[in-house]
Amino acid sequence: MSAFLSYLIHGIAQGSGYALVASGIIIVYRVTRVVNLAQGMFAVVAGFGTASLLEAGLPHALAEPMAIVMAAAVGVCTGYVAIGRRGTNPQASLIATLGVGVFAYAVEVLTWGDQPRSFSGLAGSHELFGVDIPRQYLLIAPITLLVFAGLELFFERTYAGKCMTACASNPYAAALQGIGVLRMGLYAFGLGGALGGIAGVLLTPLQPISYDSDVSLFVNGFAAAILAGLKRPVLALAGGLVLGVAESMVAGYSKASYQSSLALLLTLAILIAQATRREALHVVEE
Amino acid sequence: MIHVDDLSVRYAAATALDGVSLRVARGEKVALIGANGAGKSTLLNALSGMIPKAGGTIRLGGQLAHVPEGRQLFPDLSVDDNLRLGAFRARDRNPAWIYELFPEVGRLRQQRAGSLSGGQQQMVAIGRGLMARPDVIAIDEMSLGLAPLIVQQLAQRLSELNAERGLTLLLVEQSARVALSLCDRAYVLETGRIVAQGSAAELTDSPFVVAAYLGAPVEETS
Repeated sequence: MSAFLSYLIHGIAQGSGYALVASGIIIVYRVTRVVNLAQGMFAVVAGFGTASLLEAGLPHALAEPMAIVMAAAVGVCTGYVAIGRRGTNPQASLIATLGVGVFAYAVEVLTWGDQPRSFSGLAGSHELFGVDIPRQYLLIAPITLLVFAGLELFFERTYAGKCMTACASNPYAAALQGIGVLRMGLYAFGLGGALGGIAGVLLTPLQPISYDSDVSLFVNGFAAAILAGLKRPVLALAGGLVLGVAESMVAGYSKASYQSSLALLLTLAILIAQATRREALHVVEE
Repeated sequence: MIHVDDLSVRYAAATALDGVSLRVARGEKVALIGANGAGKSTLLNALSGMIPKAGGTIRLGGQLAHVPEGRQLFPDLSVDDNLRLGAFRARDRNPAWIYELFPEVGRLRQQRAGSLSGGQQQMVAIGRGLMARPDVIAIDEMSLGLAPLIVQQLAQRLSELNAERGLTLLLVEQSARVALSLCDRAYVLETGRIVAQGSAAELTDSPFVVAAYLGAPVEETS
């Protein structure tokens, strides 16, 4: 029981991180039709950034928010490279985001070195049903919930959120109303950067981050995103949690090395299932 | 209100519009008639700046709202949201006056736009265009796929807006009958060129237009 509980809590924390990365992937995809392969990089930048800012003597109340803003700025820059040129098709933009991700490796290694880094999060632990749970774990889920509630409010209640939804739904009609579709795309990348940044800031104290941590974050985030059908960010929360908990259970009860294959297997299964369903649709249409 | 001189538009190698000139004065009701692929939608897209022009000049004397072919609403957003988004560039985003204009739409304000009937969607599309408080509204294929009674209703509303608020109308139609009954003047577009123009009465009597566009009372097939 106590082992199960600790796997569960670990899984929820990890899954919350995946969900944040996934929601960034979904928001960027919906508004721009681009799968942003650099999404995991935003978390790495924020993780490293926080570590540096804390070392420089800044308090947590400043370091983490500043790192998230930095990740958002990196997001906008990534967006500018990917979609800044009018008429770039989404496939070309996807390759551009891959390029940005690789370029970021070089910048990260030169700035922060090639060794994993971490910083201490919330100190102390709580005892829950006889298990000692570090407080940082208990911090992640509530913050993630708050972020998702904020996202839901933004898209459902604000004019800017509706404008973004309009661009996702019909870019031509959005442009006819005078909505700057390119600008909305850049905002989406910025929001994606901030969400990735929040994930990095929350997860780094649990697991030291290195320049290539973006791969596993992207793979898991993408799996959670397509589990949510690349539609609503809120569904990605469910996707991320399911994946995080499943991985934690696999790692706990069998081999830890199986954990990382789970996301890939899941992605593959979903993609194959969707591909066959589309095929079926085409046959019916004809 | 609209001055178009010698306008050309090209898609890759193909010429979509070739030396088109057109005038619409403030408060006028003008139709643009032509078959599928004649370049009507291209002309509207050039007017609203959605596609670049290859040559010629376009001068607009005021705010233009372009209601595109196929309504192009945001299907997952509510009617209310669709209307508010139409006011992106305007200060006043309250759609109450659109609900007065189309009471039927007012009753559906919280519904998903994608769930409405074709006629209701066209009302929302026109309403969304009006939300920008335009001086001229250009409507692409308003009557396509709609029952004659609904088209009559829409035409009635537009005539009132024209008479009471001086809204300039540019109607782009395959259906010459609808266009000529609502408008004062019309241009006929064929494969990217203006081939005829005149008052609605003149064109209704012109043998050329009768033969090509009014001939037999054919049912809309598309």
